[in-house]
Amino acid sequence: MKVIYEKPKVFTDSVTTYCGGCGHGIVGKLIGELIDEMGLQENGIMVWPIGCSCLSDRYYDMDMMMALHGRAPAAATGIKRADPSKFVMVYQGDGDLVSEGMAEIMHAGIRGEKFSVIFINNAIYGMTGAQMAPTTLMGQTASTAPAPTGRCEDNSGYPVKMAEILAMLPGVCYSERVTVNTPARINQCKKALKHAFELQLQGKGMGFVEVLSPCPTGWGMSAVKALDWIDEKMTEVYPLGVIKDTEKEDK
Amino acid sequence: MKNIVKIDFDRCKECGYCIRFCPKGVLSKGTKVNKKSYYPPVVGEGCIGCGTCGRVCPDSAIAVYRED
Repeated sequence: MKVIYEKPKVFTDSVTTYCGGCGHGIVGKLIGELIDEMGLQENGIMVWPIGCSCLSDRYYDMDMMMALHGRAPAAATGIKRADPSKFVMVYQGDGDLVSEGMAEIMHAGIRGEKFSVIFINNAIYGMTGAQMAPTTLMGQTASTAPAPTGRCEDNSGYPVKMAEILAMLPGVCYSERVTVNTPARINQCKKALKHAFELQLQGKGMGFVEVLSPCPTGWGMSAVKALDWIDEKMTEVYPLGVIKDTEKEDK
Repeated sequence: MKNIVKIDFDRCKECGYCIRFCPKGVLSKGTKVNKKSYYPPVVGEGCIGCGTCGRVCPDSAIAVYRED
């Protein structure tokens, strides 16, 4: 019997703790597929954040650590500098990377640390109960930005575009924004992750991939509707595409 | 040649992504409840074995095989 598709071999049998339709599950699976394809299971170390993905250490059969809230890039710096031959991946959500750990990711980028960062942007704090995040869109309602106004600039400023901010730093060699709301875009997301991983293995610099991810529970809508909401609202504020790729410019 | 869509009944969280993205409309809403109290989809006839349902499933609940 020929296998057309089954879950990545690096996965354990544990069931994810995510809600139905969560984008973390799709991105986590793409990472698992790439680990299988690129043979990173023995040589890789993953660093997990605090947030919905903080129980991800159960899902993969490989080496990993869990950092303090927002400090995953700092922990990854230590691992990568202690043993540069290891593949080090940092996975953070928007509450962790943009809010709590803004200083850590900025300084890791400024220092040009040679690991890959995967940033899951769902425009809300998923785990703690759908509060407003720095990435929440203007007018979007959250439990701390109630209707009718939602997020308004007088109280809480504007959404943060991390992929553009990090692309300005010379130490970041690759920055792309992708999403996972259609099968074609899931393939594109996998290509972006693979490119970031390859750049790290070549020792070029930091690869940063921002993934716009559905959070149906936090946004208060059905999972299928959340996919449309990314197209309708999120991609206007967070345009998709490659923002910086120094390797491509060289060619 | 037959394509088999295998759904792990108790892993499914009923997001509906597989039903939405199946190009042939093979999957449809289920009527049996699993132990997490979701209703996993049921597989009909006409699967072409593209594997899209497996790729979009956030909970790794779907595997697709081809029997020769």
